[in-house]
Amino acid sequence: MAGCTASDVVAAVRAMAAAVAEHKTELTHLDREIGDGDHGENLAKGFAAVLTKLDAATPETPGAVLKLVATTLISTVGGASGPLFGTAFLRAATSVGDAAELDGPAVASALEAARTGVVARGKAEPGDKTMVDALTPAVAAATATADGGGDVAAVLAAAAAAAVTGAADTVPLRARKGRASYLGERSIGHADPGATSVGHLLGALTPGAA
Amino acid sequence: MKKIINDPATVVEEALAGMAAAHPDLLKVSYDPMFITRADAPATGQVALVSGGGSGHEPLHGGFVGAGMLAAACPGAMFTSPTPDQVSAAAAAVDGGAGVLLIVKNYTGDVLNFETAAELMDAEGTPVHTVLVDDDVAVEDSTWTAGRRGVGGTVLVEKIAGAAAARGDDLDAVAAIAERVVAGVRTMGVALTPCTVPHSGEPSFTLADDEIEMGVGIHGEPGRERMKLVPADDIVEILLSSVTEDLPFAAGDRTLLFVNGLGGTPQVELYLAYNAARKYLAGKGIEVERSLVGNYITSLEMQGCSITLLKLDDEMVSLWDAPVHTAALRWGV
Repeated sequence: MAGCTASDVVAAVRAMAAAVAEHKTELTHLDREIGDGDHGENLAKGFAAVLTKLDAATPETPGAVLKLVATTLISTVGGASGPLFGTAFLRAATSVGDAAELDGPAVASALEAARTGVVARGKAEPGDKTMVDALTPAVAAATATADGGGDVAAVLAAAAAAAVTGAADTVPLRARKGRASYLGERSIGHADPGATSVGHLLGALTPGAA
Repeated sequence: MKKIINDPATVVEEALAGMAAAHPDLLKVSYDPMFITRADAPATGQVALVSGGGSGHEPLHGGFVGAGMLAAACPGAMFTSPTPDQVSAAAAAVDGGAGVLLIVKNYTGDVLNFETAAELMDAEGTPVHTVLVDDDVAVEDSTWTAGRRGVGGTVLVEKIAGAAAARGDDLDAVAAIAERVVAGVRTMGVALTPCTVPHSGEPSFTLADDEIEMGVGIHGEPGRERMKLVPADDIVEILLSSVTEDLPFAAGDRTLLFVNGLGGTPQVELYLAYNAARKYLAGKGIEVERSLVGNYITSLEMQGCSITLLKLDDEMVSLWDAPVHTAALRWGV
């Protein structure tokens, strides 16, 4: 397929917003198990604000779209999710620069930059039961697919599948970061809400990019 | 859920409007972004104290905005930290030229958002210093958790550092006093019932009628254990023994004893708990020089209390006694 343009990224972001809206209740329920029960609400509020901004503006590059998403999430979501998801989009925006189109390797690099930003901001490592546990395998799969010559659709599909698996793999973990860490052993047996939302966000991109 | 609300989505805005209307002499409210400032801000030449956090812990922090305490407070959504643009806008509104001290409770969301705000302010050339409050002894401070939570000690940090700012201390000095309070303060809380966040509509956790959650945080996060309800003397002994062993506090120490209600506990039970605490501390030879009893950092309608102990010195006593004029704390004026 051809490269991914600004309008493709806008379509992808709209798909992510729809996925968050669809899974809002599920994410909030997961968060109630081990957090404070507002993850779905807050993320949905943030992406609703993103849609409003996209209706009013037409960013010209993929990077500009990603930056708009970043600043909107940071200023509307609050909690830990705002800065973490915002940082992910901001670093992805920086990674793609002002390129007009993205190919598979560029998308994989953007995901890698997003993961690096989240790790730097939240100081979480794989195994801490956070969104990093979905992002890390997603980046590995995306990179491997891009290195094998995969296009944008293939890279995103690989990333999404790995993120969903990574999120499921947080169930047996004991949380060491965020509010769930206060539960200690009692955090075991629940999927991490942040990792789950990463799975939904990347999953939403697969059909749109094909 | 049974609450005096119109719409869960507008609880914070409507409460802020009520607060602004009730205290026009003390504070001003901005709605976009949301923050509360002293009515007379900026106080020229004074270090500006800015704090904030999720709504639902009233009077913290908006109730402590005014002369001798906070210059501004940033309310987030219910139990959700404020965003960086709220914090940086509030700081810009109250900066009197002497810099800004951010007082942050150690919760992941608060830390990340205030950290981002501090970066924004730094980029704009505003001198800024951040103090992290982490006084909750119920949480093990280790690589296994996000670290100790900031709870009741926050009120004491805001009062004492606010008095230092009001007397004209510079940013480094105000930050140093705030850090000294953080170093000398410890807290632990207990919940008898959960609370219900309006937008969720369901209780944050469930407890049987005869169960209590020992070591609870201000959002109902658990700390040490769930146990059967016991008499007040025993509850206070569990809380205070954890607190005094932690620093540790020793015979002859001068202290401030703060018994805080979590929102749903009657004053009579708070004073009863305070009495039990005095007996316990007297038995240890720990001297109580100053006291605070009431609902100052709450979790909506949760029943329960927290007990905070601060090791005092002469300077802290004089700063504690200094005049303060806010919606929720007022003396000496």
